[in-house]
Formats: sequence, C-alpha cells, structure tokens
Amino acid sequence: MRVLVISLLMLVFAGAAYAVDPGEQLKDPVLEGRAREISKELRCLVCQNQSIDDSNADLAKDLRRIVRERIVAGDTDQQVLDYIVARYGDFVLLKPPFEPATWLLWFGPFLALLVGAGIAWSVIRRGREGVAPALNAEEKARLEKLLDRSE
Amino acid sequence: MIVELGHFALVLALAVALLQMVVPMIGAQRRDPALMAVAAPAAVAQFVLIGIAFAALMHAFLTSDFSVALVMKNSHTAKPLIYKIAGVWGNHEGSMVLWVLILSLYGALVALFGGNLPDGLRARVLSVQALIGVAFLGFILFTSNPFIRLDPAPIEGNGLNPILQDPALAFHPPFLYAGYVGLSMAFSFAIAALIEGRVDASWARWVRPWTLAAWVPLTVGIAMGSWWAYYTLGWGGFWFWDPVENASLMPWLVATALLHSAIVAEKRGVLKSWTILLAIFAFSLSLVGTFLVRSGVLTSVHAFAVDPSRGIAILCILVFFIGGALTLYGWRAPVLKAEGLFAPLSREGALVMNNLLLAAAAAAVFIGTLYPLFLDAIGGPKITVGAPFFNMTFVPLMIPLFCLVPIGPLLKWKRSDLVAASERLMGAGVAVIIVIIAVLAFHSRGPWLAALGMGLATWLIAGAFFEVAWRIGLFSGNIRESFRRALRLPRASWGMALAHGGLGIAVAGIVGTTAWRQELVTALKVGDSAELAGYTLTLEKVGMRNGPNYEALVGVIRVTREGREVAVMLPEKRSFPVERQEKTEAAIRTTGFSDLYIVIGDENGQGGWTLRAYYNNLAPWIWAGGMIMAAGGIVSLTDRRYRIGAPNRARSRLAAQPAE
Repeated sequence: MRVLVISLLMLVFAGAAYAVDPGEQLKDPVLEGRAREISKELRCLVCQNQSIDDSNADLAKDLRRIVRERIVAGDTDQQVLDYIVARYGDFVLLKPPFEPATWLLWFGPFLALLVGAGIAWSVIRRGREGVAPALNAEEKARLEKLLDRSE
Repeated sequence: MIVELGHFALVLALAVALLQMVVPMIGAQRRDPALMAVAAPAAVAQFVLIGIAFAALMHAFLTSDFSVALVMKNSHTAKPLIYKIAGVWGNHEGSMVLWVLILSLYGALVALFGGNLPDGLRARVLSVQALIGVAFLGFILFTSNPFIRLDPAPIEGNGLNPILQDPALAFHPPFLYAGYVGLSMAFSFAIAALIEGRVDASWARWVRPWTLAAWVPLTVGIAMGSWWAYYTLGWGGFWFWDPVENASLMPWLVATALLHSAIVAEKRGVLKSWTILLAIFAFSLSLVGTFLVRSGVLTSVHAFAVDPSRGIAILCILVFFIGGALTLYGWRAPVLKAEGLFAPLSREGALVMNNLLLAAAAAAVFIGTLYPLFLDAIGGPKITVGAPFFNMTFVPLMIPLFCLVPIGPLLKWKRSDLVAASERLMGAGVAVIIVIIAVLAFHSRGPWLAALGMGLATWLIAGAFFEVAWRIGLFSGNIRESFRRALRLPRASWGMALAHGGLGIAVAGIVGTTAWRQELVTALKVGDSAELAGYTLTLEKVGMRNGPNYEALVGVIRVTREGREVAVMLPEKRSFPVERQEKTEAAIRTTGFSDLYIVIGDENGQGGWTLRAYYNNLAPWIWAGGMIMAAGGIVSLTDRRYRIGAPNRARSRLAAQPAE
C-alpha cells in the first residue's frame, strides 16, 4: 500500500537526483553541520513527510540554499527556522509547534498512556479484592463428571 | 472470454459470501446443525471463486491483454515476467482483488482446519468473515472493477511505475496484505465471541495461532518495505514515519499487544474483554490503513474530494465495521466476567504493562498520523507531523517496554518476586555493562545515548538467551540433561526467545546505524578518489548499460582499504523510456556488520559525477532482526498445543512451563 503512495510521490519529483548536492555545501564543516541539522527539521513542501535534507525536489533545494544563506549571514538556528516559517508557515516544520491547536497532539500519546494506566490499575485493584470465582451450575456439573471419570 | 469468466466468478463469489454471511449465523442462533454446516463449504467455494477471478486477472497481465483497461494502464509487453505478475497487485483494483483473495483464503483455512472448533463458534466466525467479504467484494464490483474492457484495444500498455519494478517490492504487498487481512480472523473470532457472550481459555487459545499467522507476514512485510526504502529511495534511511508506513505499523503494534494479552486470557482467565477489544482494534487499524492509502486522503483532504466515490465507500465500510464492532462490544462486553486474582508483580502484570505501552505507542502513531488531517478537516492551521514528533513520543514509550521484555518471561504467574527473576537475569545484566563500557571505550566521542541504546539491545538479546538457558538448566553443569530439556521445551518458548532476541538485534541495528552513520557527498571526476570510514572509493569509469526495459548509467567504483582491493561497486541510475521516469539503484556491499552504500547522481557540468556514499554501521541487523522475529512467530506457530486445539487441562499442566 505504501508502495502506491510512494510511487505517486516519486511522480511528483520524477527524475532521481539526490539531496544535498556537493555544490550546495558550505566550506566550513561546523556551519554545514548546522545546516544539515536544521534541514532535518524542515519539510519539503511538495513531498510527503520528507525533510529537505532527504528530498531531491527543486523546492527542497531552494530551501536548503536559503538555510545556508541565513547561516552564513549569521543567523542562529532558531532565527533560520523563524525566517522560513515566516515565509512558508508552520506547515514547513516537521516538528509541529506547541500551541493550543496542537496540545491534543503533543499530550495525546501520554494522555492515552495515563488513561490506560488508570484502567490497568483499576483492573489490578479489582483483581486483588476479587475472590475465586464461583462455578455456575453447568460448570459444576462438568467438574463432577470430570472428577468421576478420573476416579 | 477468460476475463469475463473472472468477472463472473467474482460476482458469484459475492453471492456465495452473502449466503455464507446469513445462513450459518441463523443456524448458530437456532442451534441448527444443517444450517451451520453451510459455512464451511461456502467458505471454500468463495475462496475457489475469488481464486478463479484472480487467476483470470493474472492471465490477462501475463498475456498482456490490453483490451482490459487495468492491464493497459499498468503493464507493458517489454516488462520482465516477474513484474507482469507483480503488476496484478501494483494498482488499486488488482490489489483489492488480492485483498479479498487473502480474506477468503483465511476463511477457507478455518473451514478446512477448524475442525476442533465448536460448531457454533465456527459458523459464527465464518459468517462474520463472509460479512467482511461481502463489503469488499461489493466495493470491488461497484467502484473498482478490474475487468473493465477497452474497445478498441490499444496495441501497447502504459507500463508499471519503475519504483514498483523491484523484486522486494513486488512481493511486499502480498505479505503486508496477508498480515492486514489475517487480522480479520481475530476480529471475526472477537465478534463471534461477543455474539455468543462467551470467552474462555479455549477461545483465547484458538485466537492466538490465527493472530500469529497474521503477525508473521505483517512483520515480514514491514521489514521488506523498510529494506526496500533503504536501498531504493537512495538516501540510506530505513524508516521515515511516512503515513503509509505508519498505516502498517499501527496494526502491527496492536497485533503484538493482542498476541500477549491472549496469553493472559488463556492462562489466567483475566483481560478477556481487553483481548476482544484489541482484536477489534487490530483489524480496525488495518481497515484504517486501507482507507488512508486507498482514498488519497493522505496527500490532502482535498485530494479526497477529487475522486470521492472510492474513498467514501471505504469510509462507509470502515465506519460500519468499527462502529458496529465497538457498539456490540459496549453492549456485550459486560457479560464477559473476569476470573481470578491479579497481582501487579506477576507474569500477567508484566504482560499488562506490555499491552499498556504498546497500546499507547499505537495511539501515538495514530494521533501523529491523523492529527494534520483532523486539524485540516476542522479548519485549523495546516501542520506537519514528522519524524521529530515520533522520536519524542514513540521512542520514550518503547524504552521502558524494551527494559521489561526480558523480565516478563521470568516472572511467575499469579505472584512472583523480583529477586528470583533478577538472579536469573544477572548474566544479561553483566553483558549489558560490558557492552556499554566497550561502546564508550571505542566511541569515546560518540553520542553517549548510543551506548545506552546498545546496552538496551544487549539486554534484549542476552535476556532472551539467559531465559532459555535458565529453562533448560544450561549452567547446571549437566549438558545431557540440558539437551534433553531443550528438546522438551515447548516450541512456543523457543519462538518467544527468537522473537525477543530478534527485537534486540533490530534495536542494535537501528541504534548502530543512527548513531554512527558516516556520510560522504562529493563530486568525483573519473580517476578521482575519496575517503569514507577507512575505505578509498575511486571512480574508475562511467558507462551505459541496457536492461530489459530500461537504460542504466553505471558508475564503476573501486573500493580499497589500506591499498587492498575490497570490491568493485556498480551503482546505477536507470531511465525507463516507456514510463519516462528515472530510478536509482544503490550499490550496497555488506559485511553483515555494516553496509557500504553508494549512489551515483548527475554530472555536475564540470566533468564531475555526484556521488553519495554512506557507511551504515549495523544496518543489516535491522532487517535480520525483523526476520528473526518472524521466524520466532513461525516456530511458535508449530507448537503442538495449537494442533491439539481445545485445551486439555491435564496436558497443559504437564507441558513443562507456560509458554511466552
């Protein structure tokens, strides 16, 4: 199934070049390292859930260039991200911002864990208080029969 | 003619499925053996009919019958045979036929090998299975008919997307579907049990092998998909938290939880209604996966609106099955009473923790995958949920789970003490400390989290080893006795050790390749060299090669280490003229402990060729681990307890130790 979607995606950027061309890289390895890290946080807008670091689409290439330009211009990592978000919106961030609209997203998994833990705890407590279950009439009859047979 | 025969067989299969849905259910309610007896032959007939339809479609693809619209759109005479076969399911309509084929196969298996099931349960299970069949056969016939003809027939077809023309990918969908659809069995068993209002130890014992039979191909399918992404997409990663990947991961997580909770339901009579709920969720998430991928809703909510008929049809099926099942659950589950005591520190307590963490992890993946759609649908801001989110939510849930994995099997049922278990895990603990120290010593600069990650992997692998060692008394000194005990150890115990150890190997692979990947991005002229991880890569020449239906640009790269030649690697870039697309073929040289991974790109205009090379530490372990997990599932499936069927109390007490 993933196959089909991925193939659709590949149609979007038909032609296979790769992320980060040698020509794009910055000379300074420290700055280049920062650029790579920032690139991993940014989404290639025309692809699906791919970071611009991974993508070979033209748009990703442009974004990678912008990231490096801002770094060379002396921006901090956060300033670079802000610069790009100001132009493309939150959609470009692979890590969604923490704001009222995403509270449910960020807290959801841990809420699920808490609710689950609550249920588990109640099961365990009930089990502790519980007594050995009584047999119903049918089961009693079966038990008798089994006991008879084994004797 | 053959095509029409296939079409007719599919219509007839729908009719048989309708019969199989209605008659046995009435029979089970009235306890009428004659009506219940309809189920088994109907299930087999349904399978045979869908098999005929599938064979007809296969025939059309193999003979390149372009008068069939589907074949024209997805095939080409020049395509190699294997991709003509794979082309059958490399498209929407054909893949849905494969879906119902596997669905009916599982139904037929229950009909043929479910002889030890009580008649009422078997009739109800097959009836629910037929209900699913009716929904999807109807979906195919009314919205996605694969047998539509073209008049006049074109001379040549459009070909198959080159991305799909790959051996691993050709057989990835059948495995994934066998897993997805296989979970329908657990679902049918759950619904049948709810209708009967009865879940006992034998029910749990019947559900486990069927769940395992779905879990194994699902594991293989996910591993295959990940491996394919690794070597094809050309950027060396193995998991992208892509919604399509998540769609397969969610049912896997829930199925894994189900496998474990069914043990508790079987052995201890508790967690019954939770097990039913997991069975419902496992298949529901398979349906959600089908919906997400088939409706186009993933790309955008708006894409869904462009061709809504299929998406809406699947959405209706989804709402019907999930809503119906949960309603039935809410109504009937209170009837299922729990029995027995429950102490937190016990085998069942550990399995509850397993379920809690797996379910929360599945919830994290679910929320992360669907939240952007949800926000978009309610008119909220457009956001993206990518890998960083999952790393911050999914991974923290996995770490405590992995810590618990080796401990759980060493705890006793009902009540256990940690001291005895920790004594048995002493060896594993020592191994963990040694590995952590070794990693820190070798990678003194390396990320310290990686040392902990490798420690965790060791904990899993050594934990699995020491658990078996303890059971067979390996360190008691009597080798012959240990060997005898090893032979007597239930297959399910071996299966569990393999699955848990395989998990550890996969974790080691993931940690290793994430922490210590080395990358080289450069442009080389012919004759130039570059260094990566102690290897020297020399671009010897760049040439062209003709494939069956593509042309390839081939880079010849000589790899040397300390002056000695190690390998000649041939990364390719293939152009498919029919489909007008390009595709990279990475050259990968593996030592079993690491991969050297090279991709060739375009000429940079100055005589240099773009090369991307990676040194991926432990990467092969990711998929090896996945395969070992699946092998563990198969070994467990051969446990004789499953063949015996109905639990025999005396026998199960004799069977040494409770398995898994």
